[in-house]
Amino acid sequence: MIAYLTKRLGLSVAVVFLVVLMLFSLLQLIPGDPATVALGPRATPEAVARYAEKMHLNAPVWQQFLIYAGNAATGDLGIDVFSERAVTTIILERIGFTLALIFAAMGWAMLLGIPLGCLAAVKPNTWVDRITGVLSVGTIAVPSFLVSIWAILIFAVNLRWLPAIGAGEPGDTADQLTHLILPAFAVGLSWVGYLARMVRASMLEVMGETYIRSARAFGLTQRRIVFGYALRVAILPTITLIGMGFGGLISAAVFAEIIFARPGLGKLIFDSVMARNFPIVQGGVLVATSLYLVVVLFSDLLIAWIDPRVRDSL
Amino acid sequence: MSVIPSEVIIVKAPDIRESAARERREKLSAFLRNWQGVVGLVLVVLFFVSAIFAPWIAPYEPNTMDIPARLSPPVWDHIAGTDQLGRDTFSRLLYGGRVALKIAVIGVSVSLAIGLLLGMIAGLGPRWLDNLLLLLFDAVRAFPTIILALATVALTGPSMEMVLAIVIITSIPQYARVTRTATMSLRNTEFIQAERSLGASTIRILWHHILPNVIGPLLILAAMDVPVVVSVEAGLSFLGLGVLPPTASWGTILNEGYLVIRDAPWMVVAAGIPLILTTLGFTFLGEALRDIFDPRMGRGR
Repeated sequence: MIAYLTKRLGLSVAVVFLVVLMLFSLLQLIPGDPATVALGPRATPEAVARYAEKMHLNAPVWQQFLIYAGNAATGDLGIDVFSERAVTTIILERIGFTLALIFAAMGWAMLLGIPLGCLAAVKPNTWVDRITGVLSVGTIAVPSFLVSIWAILIFAVNLRWLPAIGAGEPGDTADQLTHLILPAFAVGLSWVGYLARMVRASMLEVMGETYIRSARAFGLTQRRIVFGYALRVAILPTITLIGMGFGGLISAAVFAEIIFARPGLGKLIFDSVMARNFPIVQGGVLVATSLYLVVVLFSDLLIAWIDPRVRDSL
Repeated sequence: MSVIPSEVIIVKAPDIRESAARERREKLSAFLRNWQGVVGLVLVVLFFVSAIFAPWIAPYEPNTMDIPARLSPPVWDHIAGTDQLGRDTFSRLLYGGRVALKIAVIGVSVSLAIGLLLGMIAGLGPRWLDNLLLLLFDAVRAFPTIILALATVALTGPSMEMVLAIVIITSIPQYARVTRTATMSLRNTEFIQAERSLGASTIRILWHHILPNVIGPLLILAAMDVPVVVSVEAGLSFLGLGVLPPTASWGTILNEGYLVIRDAPWMVVAAGIPLILTTLGFTFLGEALRDIFDPRMGRGR
């Protein structure tokens, strides 16, 4: 177990290091002098010199990289060019909106998708199963940004039920929640389909196992068998799927944030790209990718913890 | 002097050929009985035909403006309405299909080819090379597609080539991983060992024995990848990070429609339909093929 943990952690650290290296190289690829790029063409030579000094731009490239990587490792992602505030602070202010969106989206998708998958597996080849099948392929096929646009069209423009723009008044929880509904719907919709299919497939497999037959022979109710015994095993591939698919979830959240003008991490990166504010782009991308790696790592460990077969084989 | 009577061999040979033909017929009829597969095939053919023959089908030039007819609702002359500049949305959608087709064909085939090559190298090469490649694939996968696109656009500015590059880079790892796993499991099988002991070169083994074994799953993967690729293009173009106006792409049309969503809601509806039909078509087709040819891959990825 310890060996496995060290190996997985080491691998994740190596990937983060590679990501930092890629991000750093990307910045090196910008044509022109970085200080001029950052400060704009009308900056005075003194300002450019000051900026170059502050950002260690006169040091050799490998030294710059080590400084950047070292700072990033201690949580210092540099300074925003325009507001001169710490990038880490700016990201921390915004990331809550992204996390709330991701959790809300995943939450409703799980609450609907997992029971649907169970139901379809318990009654295979009935109309429940068929409708679930068609529904899940249908929701998977529609790109999330299209769902966002159409959701705005229906619920905000035509019906005027829900707000389309922003994240709500700070401090007003009810307002913030109503602003969360549409983006969470759009981001989570395809996951209902994924989860239902995945749970259905693994549930069908588990329901054929001998220990389920034993449970039946003991006279346990169908509900007890499905939710008490079968689901615990059938959920494992689903956890892996959620971990692996988290990157897609982040992508969907970024689209939703931009379309709904929700001030999360994705919107921050997007706006910074448009404003060519590179320190924030760099920091934001690093945080987003690290978030993904942490989730994948966590889902792997969770499986090792839940499934004794995996735990013992480690 | 053969021990086996010659008539046995004569009887056996056509038998094998016949059973292969029968198997092909069975697979075909299994495909035809799968309604999702048939619907998928029809939609995919529709996608190809409408994109290739767009200049002949489209009733208007995609960029011809007709200001008096601007923001027309769907009527007989403009079955999907017109945009802010009076351009016919239906014609623009047909031309937008050409962009999607180009991205799908080039993006998927290039990433499949590179993924195949890298996967074989990882599967047959030395251990350290395998580990290094796996680490690289993980690093690429750690970037959510849109985040990678944002980081790249920050440097290069939006363009069709950039979309292609993003699509190719993010798709390579999945092809490479499948190829690598298959190569590794085949590497130590007896028929490959036998071939090797007969003096076959690595290239020959890869080309004649490994390739035929991995190409099927890879093609199914490719069919399932097209929806992803097409939506990435549309999504990036929608955000102004991909194909740039005035070029008609499903993403740019959605973007233009989104700006007038209150006055001309039919535009975002019309622009979404071809996108959904295409993703649905390739998903259905890919899944039907997978169920028939490779049942082990199972339902639901």
